[in-house]
Amino acid sequence: MISGRTLEQAKEMHSGKNSKSYREAVGKVYVSPLLLNELGLAEGEKIVLKSSFGRAEARAYVDPGLPHFVVFIPMGPVANLLVGYETEGTGMPSFKGVQVEVCGAC
Amino acid sequence: MLTKAKDVVCTFCGCLCDDIILTLDENRIVKVERACANGMGLFKNYNPDLLSPKIRGKGASWEKAIKEASEILSSAKYPLIYGLSSTSSEAQRVSVKLAEALGASIDSTSSVCHGPTGLAMQFVGEPTCTLGEIKNRADLLIFWGCNPIVSHSRHFARYSVMPSGRFVQDGRESRKVVVVDVRLTQTARVADVFLQVKPGSDFELLVALKALVKGKSLDAVEVGGISIKVLEELVSDMKSCRYGVIFFGMGLTMTKGRDLNVRELFSLVKELNDHTKFSALPMRGHGNVTGADQVMSWLCGYPFAVNFSRGYPRYGPGEFSAVDLLCNKEIDALFVLASDPVAHFPSKAVDHIMEIPTIVIDPAESLSAKKATVYFPTAMYGVDCEGTAYRMDGVPLRLKAPVKGNRPSDEEVLEAIFEGVRRC
Amino acid sequence: MLVIKDGQVYDPINGINGETKDIWIEGGKIVESLDHIPQGATVIDALGMIVMPGGIDIHAHIAGSKVNTGRKLCPEDHYEHFRMAKGDLRSGVGFTVPTTFMTGYKYAEMGYTTVVEAASAPIVTRHTYEELDDMPILDKAILVTLGNNELLMDRIAMGQMDEARDLVAWMLKSVGGYGVKVVNPGGVENWKWGGNVASWDDEVKYFNLSPRKIIKALIKIADELGLPHPVHLHGINLGLPGSDITTAEIIKDACGRLHLCHLQFLSYGKDKKGRMCSGGSYIANLINEHPNVTLDVGQIVFGNATTMTSDGPLEYRIQKMTGHKWCNEDVECETGGGIVPLKYKITSLSSAIQWITGMELFLLVKDPWSIALTTDHPNAGPFFCYPQIIRLLMDRDYRNYFISLLPPRAFRGSVLKDLGREYSLYEIAIITRAAQAKILGLTNKGHLGIGADADVSVYAPENFGKRQCICRFKHCRRALDFPSWVIKGGEVVVKDGVVLNEAPGIVFRVAPSHGESIRDKIREEFEKYYTISFDNYPVQEDYLKNTKEVICG
Repeated sequence: MISGRTLEQAKEMHSGKNSKSYREAVGKVYVSPLLLNELGLAEGEKIVLKSSFGRAEARAYVDPGLPHFVVFIPMGPVANLLVGYETEGTGMPSFKGVQVEVCGAC
Repeated sequence: MLTKAKDVVCTFCGCLCDDIILTLDENRIVKVERACANGMGLFKNYNPDLLSPKIRGKGASWEKAIKEASEILSSAKYPLIYGLSSTSSEAQRVSVKLAEALGASIDSTSSVCHGPTGLAMQFVGEPTCTLGEIKNRADLLIFWGCNPIVSHSRHFARYSVMPSGRFVQDGRESRKVVVVDVRLTQTARVADVFLQVKPGSDFELLVALKALVKGKSLDAVEVGGISIKVLEELVSDMKSCRYGVIFFGMGLTMTKGRDLNVRELFSLVKELNDHTKFSALPMRGHGNVTGADQVMSWLCGYPFAVNFSRGYPRYGPGEFSAVDLLCNKEIDALFVLASDPVAHFPSKAVDHIMEIPTIVIDPAESLSAKKATVYFPTAMYGVDCEGTAYRMDGVPLRLKAPVKGNRPSDEEVLEAIFEGVRRC
Repeated sequence: MLVIKDGQVYDPINGINGETKDIWIEGGKIVESLDHIPQGATVIDALGMIVMPGGIDIHAHIAGSKVNTGRKLCPEDHYEHFRMAKGDLRSGVGFTVPTTFMTGYKYAEMGYTTVVEAASAPIVTRHTYEELDDMPILDKAILVTLGNNELLMDRIAMGQMDEARDLVAWMLKSVGGYGVKVVNPGGVENWKWGGNVASWDDEVKYFNLSPRKIIKALIKIADELGLPHPVHLHGINLGLPGSDITTAEIIKDACGRLHLCHLQFLSYGKDKKGRMCSGGSYIANLINEHPNVTLDVGQIVFGNATTMTSDGPLEYRIQKMTGHKWCNEDVECETGGGIVPLKYKITSLSSAIQWITGMELFLLVKDPWSIALTTDHPNAGPFFCYPQIIRLLMDRDYRNYFISLLPPRAFRGSVLKDLGREYSLYEIAIITRAAQAKILGLTNKGHLGIGADADVSVYAPENFGKRQCICRFKHCRRALDFPSWVIKGGEVVVKDGVVLNEAPGIVFRVAPSHGESIRDKIREEFEKYYTISFDNYPVQEDYLKNTKEVICG
C-alpha cells in the first residue's frame, strides 16, 4: 500500500475535513484492473485491508497505472489506519510501502 | 464593487506561485486567475468572518481561551509544539520562542515530509539551485518518486518543463522529461521516458546509476525492475546533458530506506557534477515548510525535531520528532500550529492525541481542531494576513493580505499565549 | 547620561593614543563633557582599563540563505556549543555557524558592535533581513552580490553604462543593500555550465565579457554613485598557488577605490617546482604602493571552519580535494554559492602556508588604515578567535612560539620568521575599529568623537586571557578579550564578558539615486528570466523598519 496526494483529496480539504465529500475522497483505494478482477469486485465496492498495524475499509476503484500488487489510498485518516508508526530513528513513519492483505468479501 | 489584487502569492504548495490575480467583491474573493485547482480551492469563497475560539467544543472568549491554553501548556510536563508549515515565518519564530520558554519539543511537518532529505543533506550535502536556473538552463528533467501534476500542479508550466528561458529557447521541445515511479502516475503519462521501479528498490537503483556514471559495469540484467540497457541510456543522457535536474519527493523519503535513498540521490548528483552540471531539488509540499526549516535552523541550529528541555536546542530525529513522541506516549500536551496531525498521522499517534489536551491554531476547522481542547480560528496567511514564506528552493516572498482580516493572525495568538505562559 | 571615567582611550580617528580621558554619553551618542557629573548619571570606573570604540567586522558571513544552509548542513558543529536561555536572553547553539541570537551575543561579548554581512544575493536578501532581525545588539550592513548578475552583465557587455549604473543603484536601493559585493566575477556564471575563469581576460560564456570588464565597470559605477563603501571584491583563483599573480594584476589595474576581501586566500605564490608558498610579502608591497586599494586579511585560525562563499566553483574544488560533504546553491540570474566544512590543522603544510600568508600581510602592509582584521568568518576561522590574532600581532614572543609549532618547510620563501614588528594598541584599534569604519564610510562608527554612536568597549588587561578558549586549542593566547563593559548605543549590554541584556540594532543601507525609467526597462527581461513577479522582488518596507539610510555622494 502506498498513500499520497490526489487532486480530489486536496480539493476536498478545502471543503472541510469534516465533510462527507472529504471522507469519500480519502476513503477510496485504487487497485490495478487485474487485482480488482482477482478479488471479484466491481468499482465502488468495499475492500477490507489489513496491515500489521491496523485494519481499514475503503471503496475500490481502478487505476490502470498501478502494478499488480500495489494499492494506493489517498493520504488521510483511512490510509493512516494501516500505516506503520516505526520511524527507524528518522521521525518518518511508513506512509508508503506497507505490506497489506486485501480481501473483498471478508 | 469589484477590485483586483495582482501578484498575490498562493501558499498551497511549495511552488508559492506569486502571479495570482484575485477579483474581490466587497471582502470576498469571487474570481481567481492563474492558480491551479489546488490554489483555486484555497482562495475561492474564503470566508474571513471572525469566529470565536472554542474550549472543549463550546464557544469562548479569546481571553478565556488564551488563559486556558497557557495553563495547559505551562502545567504540562512535556509539551510538544507541532506543525508550523502552513503559516508565516513571523509566526514560526514566535512558536520557537514559545517552545524555548516551555522547555518543549518542537517539530515541523518536515519530519513526515522531507525530514529524511534534511538528514541526507547533513551527511553528504546537497547540490541544488533555485527554480529559475531550471527555466533558463535545464535540458534534462528527472522526476523521481513525485507526482507534480497532482501535488504541484503549475510546476511544469511555470517553472520546469514548459517555460523558455535565456538558454532554453524552445520550452518543452528543448527538454527531455524522465519519470521514475512505482506506478504510472499522471506525471509519468506525460514523460518522454518512464521507469517503473519495483516498490522498495529506489536505493539499489540509485546506487546502480551511480556505479554506471563512474564507469563501472554491473553484473546484473536488471536493477529494481529496470533493465541495465535502459539504465545505461539514462546515464548517457545524464552525462551528456547541458544542465540536469532531479526533482524528488515522497517516493524516496517515505519508502524503505528513507534518508538513505535521498543520500544516494545526492551522491549520484554529486558524481554527475564531475561530468556536467546537475542539481537536485526536493519537492517541498506545504507552502511554508521550507520556511519552517529556515526559521528553526537560524534559531535552533537544527531544521526539525528539536527539544528545549535543557533550556537550549537539542536535535533528535526519531527522538523529538512528533510521530515518535506521540506513538511512545511521551508527551502530555500538544500544540498544533498550521497542520492537521489527526488527519495525517499514523493511527497509533492519533490515538495518543485523543488522550491528551491539545491546542490547535488553524484557519479552518481541521480534524485536529475538531478534537481540540482549545481551538483558535485564525487568519490564513497570504489571504487575510501578511507575512513571509519561503518557496521550495529557498526564495523568500512577502505574502499580501488581499482580503481584509477580521481574525487575529497565528503570530498574534502565539504572542498572547507566550505572555500567558510567562504569567503562569 | 553615562560617563566612563579615567580610562585609557584609543581613538585613532581623533588621534587619541592612550590618553586618560573621560567619555560622556547621552541619548545614544558621545557628547561634550560637562563640568560635573549630573545626579542620576551612571558612572563606569575605567581606571587602568583600555577604552575603545566598539569593534567593527567588515566581512563576515552571519545571516541569510547561505549561512543558514551552513547551519542546517553541520548539526555536529552545534552539539557541544550552546547557551541556555536566561531571562529575556534567548538560547543558541553553534561554533563556526552559530544561530542568530548567539551570534549577536558572542560578538558583543568580545566588544564588537557592528558587523557586515559579506554576501547576500539580491533575490534572497529578504531572508537576510529576517535573520538580522533576530540578531540583537549589533548594527549591521549587507553587501549585495552583483558580480555575476545577468541583467547587469548584459548591459556592461553592450556598453550601456548609464543603464548599468541605474540598475546597480536600483538594486541596492530595492533590496536594502549597503554595498556592492563582487565574487569571482564571471567565474560563477561559467560555473553554471560547470566551468570557471582563471584569468582576468577569460571569456564569460555567452555574455561577451571578461572578469576584468565586469570589475572595472563596477568600480567606476560605485564611484559615480558615490557609494560610501568601495566595491568589495573576492577575486579570481581563490586558494590556488599563483593567485598572487592575478591579485597583483587587479591591484595594479584598479582605476578607483577597491576593497579586496580575505586577501590571504588570494595571495599564494608558486615556487620554482610549482608548489604553494606564501605570496604575502609580494602582495603587501603592492598594497603599500596603491593607496586606493584596501584589504581585510581573512586570517586562518587552526581548528574547524565552515567554508561558505558565493564562489560556487571554488567550493566544488574544495569538495573534490577533501571529500567532505558539499552544498551547491546556484541562484537564478544572480550568483551561486557553496558550502564545505573544513579543518585547518597546525601540522598540515598547506594550512601553515595559509597562516603564514595572512601574517605576512598583517606585518608587511605599512599603513594600518589600509588593512582590516577578519577571518572571513567562518571560512578561515570563527570570529570569536579575533583576540588570538590580536595577540599574535602584538606579542612577538607568542608569535615566534606559534611559528615554532608549524612545519618548517612551510616557511620556504617566507620572510615571516624575520619580522619583529609588534602592533601597538593604537594600531590594533585602527585595524579592528577605525580603519573598518573609514573603509565602510560609516562616519559615526569606529571613533569616540562628539556625535559618534555611543558604542564603546572597555577592557581590563588582566582579563585578556580570562575566557577559556572554546576551541580547546592549548596554544591559544588572547588579547583584547573579555571586556569589562560594552556599551551599545549608549546602553550597557555586556558586563564582565557576559551579555546582560539586549539593545536594538539597526541595519545600514544606501539608496543611491537612479533614473526612474530603469524599472520599466528591466521589467520585461526580469519576467522573462526570473521566476517571481517583478513587483514582488524588492524588499518591502515591512523588513526595513529598523534600518538607517547612509547618504551617497
